[in-house]
Amino acid sequence: MAIGDLFSSTDLPWLNIGGREGDVVLSSRIRLARNFRGIPFPNRADFNQLAKVQEMAASIMPEMELAVRQPFDVVDMDKATSLERKVLVEKSLATWNFLKNTQHRVAFISESRHVSIMVNEEDHLRIQCTVNGLDLDAPLALASGIDDLVESRLDVAFDEKMGYLTSCPTNLGTGLRASVLLHLPGLVYTRNINNIINISQQLGLSIRASYGEDDKEWQGNIFQISNQLTLGFSEEEIIGNLKSAVKEIVSHERRARKALELYRKDQLEDSVWRAYGVLCHARILSEKEVLDLLSKVRLGIDMGFIDEVGAQCFSEILIGSRTSYLQNLAGNENMSGNEVDRMRANVVRKALSEHGAAGSRAS
Amino acid sequence: MVCDECGKNEAHIHIMQIGPDGRIEKNLCEECASGYGTTMFTSREKSMSVNDFLKGVFSSAAEGEESAPARHHELVCPNCGMSYQDFQQTGKIGCSVCYDTFRQQLEPLLRRVHGSSVHSGKIPHRSGGALELKHESEVLRRKLQEAVRQEEYEKAAEYRDRIRTLEKKLDQQEGGEADGDR
Repeated sequence: MAIGDLFSSTDLPWLNIGGREGDVVLSSRIRLARNFRGIPFPNRADFNQLAKVQEMAASIMPEMELAVRQPFDVVDMDKATSLERKVLVEKSLATWNFLKNTQHRVAFISESRHVSIMVNEEDHLRIQCTVNGLDLDAPLALASGIDDLVESRLDVAFDEKMGYLTSCPTNLGTGLRASVLLHLPGLVYTRNINNIINISQQLGLSIRASYGEDDKEWQGNIFQISNQLTLGFSEEEIIGNLKSAVKEIVSHERRARKALELYRKDQLEDSVWRAYGVLCHARILSEKEVLDLLSKVRLGIDMGFIDEVGAQCFSEILIGSRTSYLQNLAGNENMSGNEVDRMRANVVRKALSEHGAAGSRAS
Repeated sequence: MVCDECGKNEAHIHIMQIGPDGRIEKNLCEECASGYGTTMFTSREKSMSVNDFLKGVFSSAAEGEESAPARHHELVCPNCGMSYQDFQQTGKIGCSVCYDTFRQQLEPLLRRVHGSSVHSGKIPHRSGGALELKHESEVLRRKLQEAVRQEEYEKAAEYRDRIRTLEKKLDQQEGGEADGDR
């Protein structure tokens, strides 16, 4: 299968609509950190040791493909272009940390894009499984199955008392980071989001904006909530705790949307349609502008104000409007900001017309 | 001052471009400035702060234990050569053997970070060995006590039998391993 598809397609199945609590929850992810016994962790390993880890990981891939029942694309970060690497990060299939050093860094990405295994990130293996909507059990089962296979063939660093050993002590124990991606325009527009952030921290959960570089700037109203503690709790306890917090946030978000509809329906409807109008007709769009408008359009679709376009356009625009994705598509890293913004507006217009009236009726 | 390029954000960065047309000075916001080459710091660097923070936690812990600082600093991991001091500086562990080497020093820190220093989650089947059975019998024992408290004696008897079979298995395994290894 074509690996180029990985960089040029906007399709990520776990951003598709139709998941559980799909009006608020975009996707759920489980990440396991695992290391091999005796070999220094990637930040301290030399090239021979990194190469050995790469070889060990590659040796179990044929079995992995059988177990997961689909082929994996292999992305050697050293051979990928810098734009291709950044596209992987934009698609959440790799992390910024993974791009810092590229030697012997390899990502195994399943054909369906549900599974991504990073080799020699902060830990020897980072197993990442993602599904759409609120569902942490399925990705945990998948990741755990992959982990079982790894452990049956290779010596994993484990200590009776401290659990799975990791490069950073904050991942020690289960090595598990469970996270849920949420779309929370209601809580942002009603200025309740700060309360939610503060409360989450008290519950041992961390919540941060997925887009935007500042703590105060929430681009696109998309937030990621994840567990902070990994030691002393079982996997089930960790995801149970996160799940109940997410359900609570979902109900608050729905309440906020209802309140908006009750007290400011005209203004809300107007602002949603204006956002849709700008996205449909603008000739120049920045990353931030797209995210902010896209959030409003999605809210409009979820609340039933807009049925001219299907919610499916959301994920396509979310990925298709990122700068590295556009530059990679154009095959030009040195595009001016203006050129990128023009191209972005084109992509957005095209996505909206493709998912327009006809598309929504069909779906 | 407003950014010369986007005209929207506050300008924080002042750059000077020297080209064929002479010198051009610009006042930019962070977002626009980050487009000017890779030497520019982007806010992404902020993601470093977790480790910086940990560094602080770990070195402040060492200060509190002034009584035996010399002993800590002499510790070096025999596998990867990392010293405890290295760890305090980077906030990252070197290899799996380090956890054994620095176990005593790490435990209080783990309790501080996680509120616990004992793993209670998944156990690998192969390297975990007997530990998996031990955990299972512990869980069963807790259930047994609960059942007795609720006066559900039928259930309790069932748990008791399961614990017995587990313990038998454990004995066999430990005995078997000892015979096999030595």
